[in-house]
Amino acid sequence: MAEFTLPANSKMNSGVHHKAPDGASNVRVFQIYRWSPDDDENPRLDKFEVDLDDCGPMVLDALIKIKSEQDSSLTFRRSCREGICGSCSMNIDGTNTLACLKSISEVTGEVKIFPLPHMPVVKDLVPDLSNAYRQLASIEPWLKSDNDAPEGEERRQSPEQREKLDGLWECVLCFSCSAACPSYWWNSDEYLGPAVLLQAYRWVADSRDDRTDERLDALDDSFALYRCHTIMNCAKTCPKGLNPGKAIAGIKSEIASR
Amino acid sequence: MARTRPLSPHLQVYRPQLTSMMSIAHRASGIALTTGTVVLAGWLIALAQGAETYAMLAGWLTHPLGQFVLFGYSAALIYHALNGIRHLGWDIGYGLTIPEVYRNGHIVLFLTLILTAGLWTAVWM
Repeated sequence: MAEFTLPANSKMNSGVHHKAPDGASNVRVFQIYRWSPDDDENPRLDKFEVDLDDCGPMVLDALIKIKSEQDSSLTFRRSCREGICGSCSMNIDGTNTLACLKSISEVTGEVKIFPLPHMPVVKDLVPDLSNAYRQLASIEPWLKSDNDAPEGEERRQSPEQREKLDGLWECVLCFSCSAACPSYWWNSDEYLGPAVLLQAYRWVADSRDDRTDERLDALDDSFALYRCHTIMNCAKTCPKGLNPGKAIAGIKSEIASR
Repeated sequence: MARTRPLSPHLQVYRPQLTSMMSIAHRASGIALTTGTVVLAGWLIALAQGAETYAMLAGWLTHPLGQFVLFGYSAALIYHALNGIRHLGWDIGYGLTIPEVYRNGHIVLFLTLILTAGLWTAVWM
């Protein structure tokens, strides 16, 4: 049964207000979710005043600046800072995205930052993605072919066959979409969620894969696949502009037309 | 071992948007229609019971509160039917890009408004 409110240990209190240094000319307030496993406190919302005239343009730039200048204990994942690694996914200004691709100027007023929604929190903005990774492994996201590749050659595809993978291979597995899906919030124990289903479709759609039927059999489940109610928050929030909802419709259509 | 991890906020922080709001409205209107069906059954029963019972029910339904319930029922019916067509389109793979989702969503909302207003203009004129 869906729990619409937060458990007692997850309710948020107001936190520390970190002032901008004297002489700051263009101050913006960042409100950031904090939780540490090392004390007995509930999560809190800290406020950081950041001088945007002395900061890079992206939300990730501000987070790095806060960590280096105001509070070194602020914890978040980041790596490539250019939307390729998928590490810095979080909830910014009410929707999920990559902090490195989200421009501060897109946000009006205080910039509110939370971890990906409805996930167990490891620390501050770092969610525990173990369940999502386990689900990804369950769809066996690798090529399963009955034949070896031709001697000294790659497995060939026509341009049309290759085109079917566009919009699928670009996914960086940041799980912004799954964490934006109310259906995934309430049923993540059984429902695979948009990110994993897009990956599943990526292998269903691959002309080089010989186990399409087997894959569709595994997906044909009222919870694993059909908890998708075409809400479309997934496609709306994807920082790479992909469309997991459409990929899921693709799986449903493949199953229906077998 | 660290203590139990908190659950990150979800409904509390996620921005309401056309996608999720029209989805929850589809479910809410579906629930409203179930209730409305009970009213419809009551209307049929009253009709079968004869003029006296029917007059009593008609009295309730023409009361401003009854009219409000009927108005809500008709709006839910029209919205649910139109959005149902939108869902059928999605199920056969049409209208699934985000610009299309917003366009067909706006069309459904606009038609719901027009048809509900038109129906009640006809009823009250």
